[in-house]
Amino acid sequence: MTNAQMSPARELDTTGLNCPLPILKTKKELNSMETGTVLKMVSSDVGSLKDIEAFCTQTGHGLLSSEEDGNSYIFHIRKN
Amino acid sequence: MNKMTELKAAAAAATTASDVTKAEFDKWFDERFEFKMKEMAENKTPSMSIIATKGTLDWAYPPFILASTAAALGWKVSIFFTFYGLLLLKKDVSDMKVTPVGNPAMPMKMPFGPDWFKNIDWPIPNAVSGNIPGFENMASGLMRETFKSKGVASIDELREICVDEGVGMHACQMTVDVFGFTKDDFIDDITSWCGAASFLPTAQKSDVTLFI
Repeated sequence: MTNAQMSPARELDTTGLNCPLPILKTKKELNSMETGTVLKMVSSDVGSLKDIEAFCTQTGHGLLSSEEDGNSYIFHIRKN
Repeated sequence: MNKMTELKAAAAAATTASDVTKAEFDKWFDERFEFKMKEMAENKTPSMSIIATKGTLDWAYPPFILASTAAALGWKVSIFFTFYGLLLLKKDVSDMKVTPVGNPAMPMKMPFGPDWFKNIDWPIPNAVSGNIPGFENMASGLMRETFKSKGVASIDELREICVDEGVGMHACQMTVDVFGFTKDDFIDDITSWCGAASFLPTAQKSDVTLFI
């Protein structure tokens, strides 16, 4: 995956929010985006590591990357 | 001999004259069947029906968290609010309470101060929590504050998301009559006022059914 393909059209910071808000806000943000564009989502909820993966599997959005940076979890999601 | 073996034997007897054709047919059928089943599973929208029966602050969370999350996953969701669960649909839910009395699994935590202080589970006997006036209000206030400081959504917020996501909000008509509420006490976004007979057919067709 090149950097150009990963470059996010939108960023969403859900730091401080707990389950299920990161998922709900991510879904809402993706709804307002165009197919094929990428959303960068940052969360402080350790549960989001598994939940975002499950969310993407179920909804068909592409999980391009999922990283851990200290207490932050960073996801790149391509809208389906 | 069970029914399936009998059927297989009958099918085999009927097609002995053209064994090759039967083998080909079976192969085609098996492949086609698997393909169709997979296609159906992929195209099906998962569905969930929840029966919400409790109206305290702690029990208000599970139905709204599960419903809003399932809706975010693209599921079709319906909730039937009955008995005390009906209170979850009141316009004003800011007076929702939780009580430590007879609720031994409920931790009593303080929402303020340093982490070591917040993590203490205060051992308060029922004799105290049940007899001091206003204890329930205090416990409810503390739980609300703890949830807020941990970034957990409020009941209003989760309920609004459910409504926006198209979760079916079905209110039990009988409960309104029994407890003497009026429909004005409840939010305007109620999908239907109905009874068990209306909700059960929806639940029957759901993939997930929960009683909370």
